[in-house]
Amino acid sequence: MQESISFFSGFTPSDLLFLGEAAWKTLLISVLSISIGTLLGGLFGWILYEGKWAAALSLNPILDIFRSVPLIIQLVLFYNFAPIIGLNLDPFLSGVVILTLYTAALVAQVARAGIEAVAPSMRWTSRSLGLSYWQDIFYIVLPIGGRAVFPAWIGVVLGVMKDSALVSVLGYVELLKASQILITRTQEPFLILALAGAFYFALSYPISRYATKFEERWAK
Amino acid sequence: MFDYNFHWRPVLKSLPDLIQAGLVTLEIAVLSMIIGILLGLCLALIRMHMSGPLKWFAVSWIEIARNTPALFQLFFFGFGLGAVGINLSPFTIILAGLCFNCAGYLAENFRGGFQAVPVTQLNAARCLGMTAWQTYTRIIIPQVFRIVYHPITNQMVWAVLMSSLGMLIGFRELSGETQFFASRTFRIFEYFAVTAIIYYVIVKIILGVSRLLAMRLFRY
Repeated sequence: MQESISFFSGFTPSDLLFLGEAAWKTLLISVLSISIGTLLGGLFGWILYEGKWAAALSLNPILDIFRSVPLIIQLVLFYNFAPIIGLNLDPFLSGVVILTLYTAALVAQVARAGIEAVAPSMRWTSRSLGLSYWQDIFYIVLPIGGRAVFPAWIGVVLGVMKDSALVSVLGYVELLKASQILITRTQEPFLILALAGAFYFALSYPISRYATKFEERWAK
Repeated sequence: MFDYNFHWRPVLKSLPDLIQAGLVTLEIAVLSMIIGILLGLCLALIRMHMSGPLKWFAVSWIEIARNTPALFQLFFFGFGLGAVGINLSPFTIILAGLCFNCAGYLAENFRGGFQAVPVTQLNAARCLGMTAWQTYTRIIIPQVFRIVYHPITNQMVWAVLMSSLGMLIGFRELSGETQFFASRTFRIFEYFAVTAIIYYVIVKIILGVSRLLAMRLFRY
């Protein structure tokens, strides 16, 4: 009797390692782009607030593009645009660049709302007490405004973390791409999808619960 | 520096097809929003007023929809259900995925809206002799709708942006159609640039229409 060649093989422990590595890549790209994007977004938010109409006419429409075009399109567009201007970026770097800008565009609005949440009288008081402009920003506006928009910022962070799955269109093997590859080989979609879904859920759910609790405590 | 010749002619030639595909995108977004609003309303009411397995079901739906990537949910409807013999067409997969996702997000918005309407309103309506159904459809839901109008508009924009995931499961809405043309002509950048513009226009139209509607609906 001839043994038939099997194209599919079962789920093995080494596949778990493969998924773990992919999960690590998801975390890496998310953390990197969220942290740079938040700093950049804070800066943009400050420019939007201080720049008045000049920023509303120049910076805002640019950020608006990142919010109005699907992330997949942005990723594919940038990945194919970079070689045109002579940059050779690998999928990871392209993903980081676009996710960072995307985060920054979303955080900019949050940051502006945060600055606006601080009562003007509070800032006049701080300036009257002799604080410099930057002291006012870092010691008054940042703690008070930051607390007001913290839940909104968490929302952006979780959104970007989930959207990082889209970097797979460039061929970056993050968690969902890895599970897709494994599903094709093992034909066990439920087990693998459950593992991948559980990872995202375990990461996202506690953070969103914490943000809700924070908001409730703050509302009292 | 520019070592690349832009070819816009094939893109212009297939522009009518792209706009046609843009209408498909809009159709999916509108359909998923209508179903999503109805489902979200049910989920919110179940989560607030019921207990037992039904509540458990609603809570897990909402939390899974909010805490896992939309792409994961599409994979579930595609690969997951495919494994148990339910093979859905790409159109159904993307519609089911978007409805599932939108319903989860909208349910939380509705819950916030319901909580913002004072209980006294409900009591007063019941005292005036209205039935529970009348109270909800004539007193509570109109007020809730006004509160969640803005979040619903945002969700509509998200639905348009998320429908671009159709590209990854082989459905030919705007993104899928673009990829089809791009891979046939290798003018990837040009095609996706035009698609980005179309998405931008669609989003702006939605925001504009919603603003006009709001002016008409909430005049007083």
